[in-house]
Amino acid sequence: MTGALGVLGWIPPVVGHPFMRNAFLAGTGIAACCGAVGYFVVLRSQVFTGDALSHVAFTGALAALAAGADLRLGLFGATIAVAVGMGLLGRSGRADDVVIGSVFAWMLGLGVLFLSIYTSNSSGANGTAGVSVLFGSILGLSAGAARVAALLGAMILGGALLIARPLLFASLDEAVAAARGVPVRALGIGFLALVGLAAAETTQAVGALLLLGLLAAPAAAAHHLTTRPFRGLALSTALAIGAVWVGLAASYAFPSVPPSFAIIATAVVTFAGASALHGLARRGLAVGRRKDRLPAGVSEEIHG
Amino acid sequence: MTLFDYPFMINALRAGTIVAVVSGAMGWFMVLRRQTFAGHTLSLVGFPGAAGAILLGLAPAFGYFGFCIAAGVIIAMASPPVGSALYSEESAVIGSVQAFSLACGFLFVNLYHGNLNGLTNLLFGSFLGITNGQVVSLLAVAVPALVALGLIVRPLLFASVDPEVAAAAGIPVRLLAVIFLLLLGAAAAEASQITGSLLVFALLVLPPATAHVITGRPLLGIALSVVLAVAVTWAGSVMAYYTPYPTGAFITTLSFAAYVAVRGIRVLNARARKGPVPMREALT
Repeated sequence: MTGALGVLGWIPPVVGHPFMRNAFLAGTGIAACCGAVGYFVVLRSQVFTGDALSHVAFTGALAALAAGADLRLGLFGATIAVAVGMGLLGRSGRADDVVIGSVFAWMLGLGVLFLSIYTSNSSGANGTAGVSVLFGSILGLSAGAARVAALLGAMILGGALLIARPLLFASLDEAVAAARGVPVRALGIGFLALVGLAAAETTQAVGALLLLGLLAAPAAAAHHLTTRPFRGLALSTALAIGAVWVGLAASYAFPSVPPSFAIIATAVVTFAGASALHGLARRGLAVGRRKDRLPAGVSEEIHG
Repeated sequence: MTLFDYPFMINALRAGTIVAVVSGAMGWFMVLRRQTFAGHTLSLVGFPGAAGAILLGLAPAFGYFGFCIAAGVIIAMASPPVGSALYSEESAVIGSVQAFSLACGFLFVNLYHGNLNGLTNLLFGSFLGITNGQVVSLLAVAVPALVALGLIVRPLLFASVDPEVAAAAGIPVRLLAVIFLLLLGAAAAEASQITGSLLVFALLVLPPATAHVITGRPLLGIALSVVLAVAVTWAGSVMAYYTPYPTGAFITTLSFAAYVAVRGIRVLNARARKGPVPMREALT
């Protein structure tokens, strides 16, 4: 009881600071779009693509900084261009693993180049820019930037919901969806563009290196907790928002813990918990509705 | 004074050569086995390992090897059994492990209150500050790793190309997968110390992918991949010596250029042989 009251009494100071309010506003929008897009990323097994786009985000942001432009210009431009490019090159809007790996290995090299150009051109004061692009700086957002981030997050979420039904169909059974006249390829490319947008958006909160955690972990947790698509989509979005809120509160309580670590740690712990719950539930149920959910030993027997 | 008169340049080239040989060989199998995502994650976990080791006051090398090898074991455990398709949850696990370990690395650096130069070095490497002792320790890991790869090369090849038939023929496919990920982890840890965690992956994926496009023959392919890796490392180091830009940028750009050139030549050849080929088919 006193514990609960203690927590309640603790809320006003957290949202009392303008930088915390900005962080919560931007973080909520960012998490919402990341959770929704991430649900489809995991469903379509495109986590590696998300990984690649996160590195592209790093390069794009530093290219913009090196050229003296607004960071967000490079961020969004690069991720969308590369996402659409990967969609166009791959079969039915999905790209090959080795191609993705090759492209983003090079992208990263370019990022290093831009980082060195930027840090040697700008007069020393901005040595931390590379670090904040890599690991995020959600507490450093201005009120205007936070509003823009929240608005963009809502728009990306809207876009994901708009194509949710046909995309679900195309992801689960591509051949049947194509036969029924669903534009599978266009959907795949459009979806990758959304992933690119979400990656650029999330870089502002947790950074290019850590956004994969926010994209994959809440979505994978949702996939464990329910097999019903729309419930899963909602759950994934809610878990992502929860992770950002808990993470922000935790980093407020423990100032030596950076917010991006707290956010990712919360998301990953949620995933681990959901995975354990799923494991327990599966042991309780009669063995397997889906053969790929069978325990490893049984599956091995079947597949020889 | 030429570039070979500077001891730091000699050490950079020595270390770069060792790293390139190991990553060229391991990377060839990584590309063959389509484990690029796992390889990328293995190469990134070196960062929290090194940051954690520095926080505890140990040498970064302990952290690199400890974390990379541990992550190799975890990924091997999480990978699906032979014959079943790779399903989405597994890649979600790899992705979450990766993001979490990077987040831990960032936390360690923050707790250490060290300077940010240290962070940049961990991520992007420091080619030019390599000591003689480091070269020796690189060699001490590289030689056993390559010998181990040489010992399992035949069964590993069989198990990678056709896991089901290999399993039926009595080859311990799962054990081989674990051993391979351990070796890959060791290679990644090794390369991380020179190129930094973010650029290891370039050496692991680009020269081998190029070799795979050029030839399907295993031994020739491995040799080619090693030669390419060494060549881009040397060329990159020399170019970085004469310009103010970082070595990593040159190495990745050169290897990517080689990859694109080889793919382009293959598309042109295919077109010359049997008339126009759809672009998409030739590229994938």
